[in-house]
Amino acid sequence: MAGIGIRDVVKRYGDTKVIHGVSIDVADGEFIVIVGPSGCGKSTLLRMVAGLEEITGGEVAIDGRVVNRLEPKDRNIAMVFQNYALYPHMSVYDNMAYGLKIAGLSKDAIRERVDKAARMLQLEPYLDRKPRQLSGGQRQRVAMGRCIVREPAAFLFDEPLSNLDAKLRVQMRLEIKQLQRSLGTTALYVTHDQVEAMTLADRLVVMNGGVAEQIDTPMNVYLHPATTFVAGFIGSPAMNFMPGRLGGDGRAITLDTGAPLRALPEPIVGHGGEKPVTIGVRPEHLALVGQPEAELTLRARVVETLGADTLVHGVLLDKDAAIVPVAGEGGEVLAARLPGNVTVREGDTLPLRVAEGALHVFDRETGRRLADV
Amino acid sequence: MHKKVTFRGFALPVALLLPQLVVTAIFFLWPAGQALYQSVLRQDAFGLRTTYVGLANFERLFSDPLYLNSFQVTVVFSLAVTFLGLAIALLLATMADRVIKGASGYKTLLIMPYAVAPAVAGVLWWFLFNPSIGLFAHTLRALGIDWNHLLNGDQALILVVIAAVWKQISYNFLFFLAGLQAIPRSLVEAAAIDGAGPMKRFWTIVFPLLSPTAFFLLVVNVTYAFFDTFQIIHATTSGGPGQSTTILVYKVYSDGFVGLDLGSSAAQSVVLMAIVIVLTFVQFRYIERRVQY
Repeated sequence: MAGIGIRDVVKRYGDTKVIHGVSIDVADGEFIVIVGPSGCGKSTLLRMVAGLEEITGGEVAIDGRVVNRLEPKDRNIAMVFQNYALYPHMSVYDNMAYGLKIAGLSKDAIRERVDKAARMLQLEPYLDRKPRQLSGGQRQRVAMGRCIVREPAAFLFDEPLSNLDAKLRVQMRLEIKQLQRSLGTTALYVTHDQVEAMTLADRLVVMNGGVAEQIDTPMNVYLHPATTFVAGFIGSPAMNFMPGRLGGDGRAITLDTGAPLRALPEPIVGHGGEKPVTIGVRPEHLALVGQPEAELTLRARVVETLGADTLVHGVLLDKDAAIVPVAGEGGEVLAARLPGNVTVREGDTLPLRVAEGALHVFDRETGRRLADV
Repeated sequence: MHKKVTFRGFALPVALLLPQLVVTAIFFLWPAGQALYQSVLRQDAFGLRTTYVGLANFERLFSDPLYLNSFQVTVVFSLAVTFLGLAIALLLATMADRVIKGASGYKTLLIMPYAVAPAVAGVLWWFLFNPSIGLFAHTLRALGIDWNHLLNGDQALILVVIAAVWKQISYNFLFFLAGLQAIPRSLVEAAAIDGAGPMKRFWTIVFPLLSPTAFFLLVVNVTYAFFDTFQIIHATTSGGPGQSTTILVYKVYSDGFVGLDLGSSAAQSVVLMAIVIVLTFVQFRYIERRVQY
């Protein structure tokens, strides 16, 4: 067991830079999830830790030892691949024993370790089967088993659940989490699925365009997203963004529609005077209120009833009940997540109020967070 | 899902099967039957008199030291051609699989020999190794090896093996490369993480997964060595010197069409046919079982 240090890691293919200096400090036993859209470099980063891609710049250290120049086998890591990468011509037992045989362990020691892992993963009845005779979930477990038996310093997961159906994915997610907890092994997990990211991670790394935009606990990422990208990527439905202005006092906020929002209780530290900003509000932080208290008025366009919740997608109205022609055709589309017992019909006008402390203010030019109040 | 369609009646099924049946009958059953029939006859050199001789042709064949020698030549030749053809092609394919820059040009060049007619390939190698004008023969002589396949039977055999292997490598290469590219990269990567070095990865992961391809190529190559190398041998050594490069199929030709001993030639064809049947049976029965699918 050991920590992983990733310092200013850069990846370049020829003239194309795909990872622009990422640094992550993974503590011993920590479960880190790297999440981001496809092509953000998250898998490349993981493969550099594994030793399957060359590191162009920076340093990767496992257990305090710089491993840049080491072969994958000498890095003391184990990896679960998206397609499991089980050896199709070997039995489940041999798949798990392969690495141990190469390491030169005695037959008894191998059997002991494989049996232990098989017990842990409920694979005992399948040890003699070939991978093609197993279901998706079982294959996934064999892939996990192959990692466990090697007792590595760290587990690396490359989108391990994306080939499973939705129900199995939830189940395997729990199993992975429990397993990692009980073994206490450091884990680096790559996914594009924000639910997996939120549920599994001790800390999240949100990547975009080869840059780690934010590294923090899932709740902190949700509550205090560092950039508009993170804010839009984590949370479903995605956060609503509206263009607005921050007043010179660092407190007053006006939407470009002309509607003033509540002033922030505290001025933003180092706000740098009046400036254009992007206001973010999560759909779940909009509540239906009486007309006098309303800050935003929404005209419902599409209503999705999910049972527990009702999702309303609509356009923003100004105080004269005209559609605000801000962006796109027909105005700014906004989503609100209301309780399931609220009945909304398409075409309804909804007076909404932003929950206390749920406004996110981002610099419109840089996209970086100014404050959360 | 595919649905099984059943045709009623007799005429339609027969009509649908007919093209295949006709082709099989005309090009396989008839000549095979002719060979069987002729193998028990003996004809005089002018074709005026034909007599039934029973198994005398076969008896004579198996007591003929030249024929038995031809057997030996065939075994050596086939083993060498098959083994070298597969091994070299596999080596080239693993190399080509790694190449990224200029991969398609490299592959095209490797596949080109397959487009060369066997007779042309034979002539090409005949020129290269020709004792008086050949480039390779000259080079070998400079290295102190006295190359003269017109006199030295072993050298002649080496020459036809080289020509036959050269011709077949492209074909094997193509299949091996396709097989290699069908193996997911992540399998090899997983093995690398599991601690296997390049050789270990190849023999424990890549090669077993290639075994269906290798088995198929084995069958094809043995058949190639037995039958399709006729033109190469004809163009390069004509079975000589002596009978040192006369493989069975070449002997069928030279005894039948040059020596005009049709009975013996037919008997040899029958023996060849039996060999092919046995070989195919053995291959599918015993080797295929050990193949990992």
